[in-house]
Amino acid sequence: MELFTNQVLAGIATGAIYACMALAVVMIYQAIDHLNFAQGEMAMFSTFVSWQLMQWGVPYWGAFVLTLAFSFAGGIVIERVLFKPLAKAPILTQVAGFIALFSIINSCAGLIWDFTIKQYPTPFGSTPFLGSQLISTHQAGMIGITVLLLIGLYVFFQYTRIGLAMRAAASVPESARLVGINTSWMIALGWGMAAAIGSIAGMLIAPVVFLEPNMMGGVLIYGFAAAVLGGLTSPFGAVLGGFLVGIFENLAGTYIPHVGNEMKLPIALALIITVLVVKPAGLFGRNIVKRV
Amino acid sequence: MHVMQQLRIAALATAVIALTSGGALAQKKYDTGASDTEIKIGNIMPYSGPASAYGVIGKTEEAYFKKINAEGGINGRKITFVTYDDAYSPPKAVEQVRKLVESDEVLLVFNPLGTPSNSAIQKYLNSKKIPQLFVATGATKWNDPKNFPWTMGWQPSYQSEGRIYAKYLLKDKPGAKIGVLFQNDDFGKDYLKGLKDGLGDKAASMIVMEESYETSEPSIDGHIVKLKASGADVFFSVTTPKFAAQAIKKLAEIDWHPLHLVVNVSASVGSVIKPAGFENSQGILSAAYAKDAADAQWDNDPGMKKFFEFLQQYYPDANKLDSSVVYGYGAAQTLVKVLQMCGDDLTRANVMKQAASLKDFTPDTMLPGVKINTSATDFAPIDQLQMMRFKGEKWELFGEAISGAIE
Amino acid sequence: MSAIEEVGSQAPAVEAVPKRAMTLSSGTAFVVVLLLLVVPLFVKNFIIFQMTMLLIYGLAVLALNILTGGSGQFSLGQSAFYAVGAYTSAILMEQYNINYALTLPVAGVVCFGFGFLFGQPALRLSGVYLALATFALATAMPQILKLGFFEHWTGGVQGLVVTKPDAPFGLPMSQDMWLYYFTLAITIAIYIFSVNLLRSRSGRAFMAIRDNEIAASAMGIDVATYKTLAFGVSAGITGVAGGLGAIAVQFVAPDSYTIVLAISLFLGMVVGGVGWLPGSFIGAAFIIFVPNIAEGISKGLSGAVFGVLLFLIIFLVPHGARQVAMVAQQLLSKVRKT
Repeated sequence: MELFTNQVLAGIATGAIYACMALAVVMIYQAIDHLNFAQGEMAMFSTFVSWQLMQWGVPYWGAFVLTLAFSFAGGIVIERVLFKPLAKAPILTQVAGFIALFSIINSCAGLIWDFTIKQYPTPFGSTPFLGSQLISTHQAGMIGITVLLLIGLYVFFQYTRIGLAMRAAASVPESARLVGINTSWMIALGWGMAAAIGSIAGMLIAPVVFLEPNMMGGVLIYGFAAAVLGGLTSPFGAVLGGFLVGIFENLAGTYIPHVGNEMKLPIALALIITVLVVKPAGLFGRNIVKRV
Repeated sequence: MHVMQQLRIAALATAVIALTSGGALAQKKYDTGASDTEIKIGNIMPYSGPASAYGVIGKTEEAYFKKINAEGGINGRKITFVTYDDAYSPPKAVEQVRKLVESDEVLLVFNPLGTPSNSAIQKYLNSKKIPQLFVATGATKWNDPKNFPWTMGWQPSYQSEGRIYAKYLLKDKPGAKIGVLFQNDDFGKDYLKGLKDGLGDKAASMIVMEESYETSEPSIDGHIVKLKASGADVFFSVTTPKFAAQAIKKLAEIDWHPLHLVVNVSASVGSVIKPAGFENSQGILSAAYAKDAADAQWDNDPGMKKFFEFLQQYYPDANKLDSSVVYGYGAAQTLVKVLQMCGDDLTRANVMKQAASLKDFTPDTMLPGVKINTSATDFAPIDQLQMMRFKGEKWELFGEAISGAIE
Repeated sequence: MSAIEEVGSQAPAVEAVPKRAMTLSSGTAFVVVLLLLVVPLFVKNFIIFQMTMLLIYGLAVLALNILTGGSGQFSLGQSAFYAVGAYTSAILMEQYNINYALTLPVAGVVCFGFGFLFGQPALRLSGVYLALATFALATAMPQILKLGFFEHWTGGVQGLVVTKPDAPFGLPMSQDMWLYYFTLAITIAIYIFSVNLLRSRSGRAFMAIRDNEIAASAMGIDVATYKTLAFGVSAGITGVAGGLGAIAVQFVAPDSYTIVLAISLFLGMVVGGVGWLPGSFIGAAFIIFVPNIAEGISKGLSGAVFGVLLFLIIFLVPHGARQVAMVAQQLLSKVRKT
């Protein structure tokens, strides 16, 4: 029984990583109705920028805020320069654009900061949390910030005019334009916010996994999976999905004999696909009715 | 193109005839890729993709050959170093090696990196009788001169390192309960096998848990939790740098203090220990065959001084603390020695012959006591390692340089 | 949050390609085939090897074109079928000593079955969800290949070395050249088959499903059967490509068939022009040669250069090579008129 609780707790700890990333994924999906494969790399690059600022002597929270601003602006710039011209192109071409962006960012990061791992500080300290041997104060802090972000996003989408405008622009663009919403800038705003949330995710994740250009590759897949599981339109679902994926993965690794350990990711993904077959919009997603 | 092909065949045939004629004339003999003025060396490295961290090795070697050229070359011949990116993908490795051999016409392929890539090109290079020299992987299978006479390793094999740890444990901690965390690939499985072989009959009773992980996992924390729960009091970390650092950190976080053994690849102070935290790394054991550039104890060592001077002049951007840079230097220096030993006989067969005749060669970066020795039946140049313990901010070597060979 | 029902009339994920424009005119096709037949006689073995790989990847992209461009199912998992085909060939050749040519139909059939089976649960998924499911398949495949359970056949992480066949009947050509012509024959056969498939009733059914699944089903098309059929055929062709790939490279290992391959094939399809079968080979050329060009430009930034080149292409021709071909065709017809 102790092993079980240990693994569940450890799963929650890793799940916090996935949940963070999943929030950024949901954010971009709300804005453009698609998944951005380069999301992870953008988060990684932002984290490197904050690391560099700290190397130059800027204190942690100063670097944090500066990086947030940089990421927000960067996200908008990337969207305006690279993806607005592609807005009329077929969606598959846009996906190719995401992949190209991934390649560019990853390569540049590798050249600028090389591939050796770097230690990344945490504002929460790394001591055991409440004496628990499994969750450190940092991981508790990570869960806390994720929940705060989640609440913030929920409030934004449900109760603010801009949030409503963004949702409208993404799901029914023609109608949104008819009521005077500038759908083009909504998309740019969405990119900026997603980049900013991604940078927070990166800065929270780096202390655990160590900062290096390839650090987000695995995380992004889990972020997607968690977001899809929870429902791509639901920030709450994304966060819950992250924790569920983390827990399930650990339990599968511990209790499924022989293959459980080697097939952790495929099993987690298989679980999600099964859920999708039953509930196509994810656990908390909105069902979309398609008309001919 | 046909004419070129015929010319090349003729040249090769002439070289073969000259070799087999048994004449010990001090005349110049060349295979494709060598001439009076040039020696062409081919290489593949993962400059992109999941293993791009190792691309530095190729860059270091390139810089080293520049240095040799600036100092007059090898017996008056300049080195042309042609290196391609294989992105750690076997099909790409095959394509790039074929390009090196058939398009660039190199004399030999030096230090190709990665077990999958080398496995893919081994048959091709052996069938074409082109040296696959000093491969950059510790897989044990490169020491097989009977079946693959053109392939030779360089670094100590993973199995031999595993056996050294086994020897140590049998002697110093015979009642140990060992928990192993290993990467689920050639690298990890080879080490595990070495450990088990070294422990012999006692392997089954001593190893209480074998936990594998995939490189795609963001964090291995869950595995550490499992290993602690197994009751192990020795933790054998067969991990690459990123995961080794995560393990060290997690162990400290969950307040678990077993005897911690980490493999040589991840013993770098700059790439692993420092990011993980010196305070978390006290008492960790490992083994080494080369000096660690981050370690202050070698600051006045003549060999390392040469290394630092080389970096300053030819590769100033290098991250000195990266053990891959030290590695590249040592391997390149070994190749240069072999080529110098060839003299004017730069045929591929002679290159292999000289490579198999190294006697007590010590590159600048090897630990004192570790010597490179090869023979016609021993294609493992380095098979000694010395154990070390981390104390304060550096590694303290202890004991003697031990050979990992099976007794 | 409640599950509110939203109404969305989305554009199809994959846009329609006019049937006529799906293939090359016979004049161009003839010239291309002639070149493909004659060029290997004049170049080095290494170039022949690259051309063989071009045909092989072209087949794999062709398969993806049938699946995505034809039936509108977004797949990022083709590397899994490629891997199964490759290993099938390798295992049959090395463990059971079966002649290399015979392994290919087996690889094709095995992968067809595998694709057909995978298509079943995939029926309920579309768009980004299907992408994720196929992505899951692609990431799972290297893991499955490494499993200790299969190690006896697959060689585990070490992989298997495959013997390249010699030209039969003592023909005076190198192994590379023989394998090239063998591959070329198979490629042409599969290409003709694919063109006919897309022109046939099944092909029309695919395209109807792609353009508007609900309307297609309302018209009486058995959506389920055709969707799984598309998956099966696509997987089968990819499997044959995989088998050929195993023979050409002479080596199979789990690391050869990662998600990177699936993404490359996807990029090949986009660059060639989604749904335009001849573009498959242009796409294949892109994924083989452009990384080399990028590496030539800058070793340290090869990924960035690759990304920039890709961006340039999709900015200039968002519809891929098909767009270039259509423009060329228009120019030619203008010239002919004057």
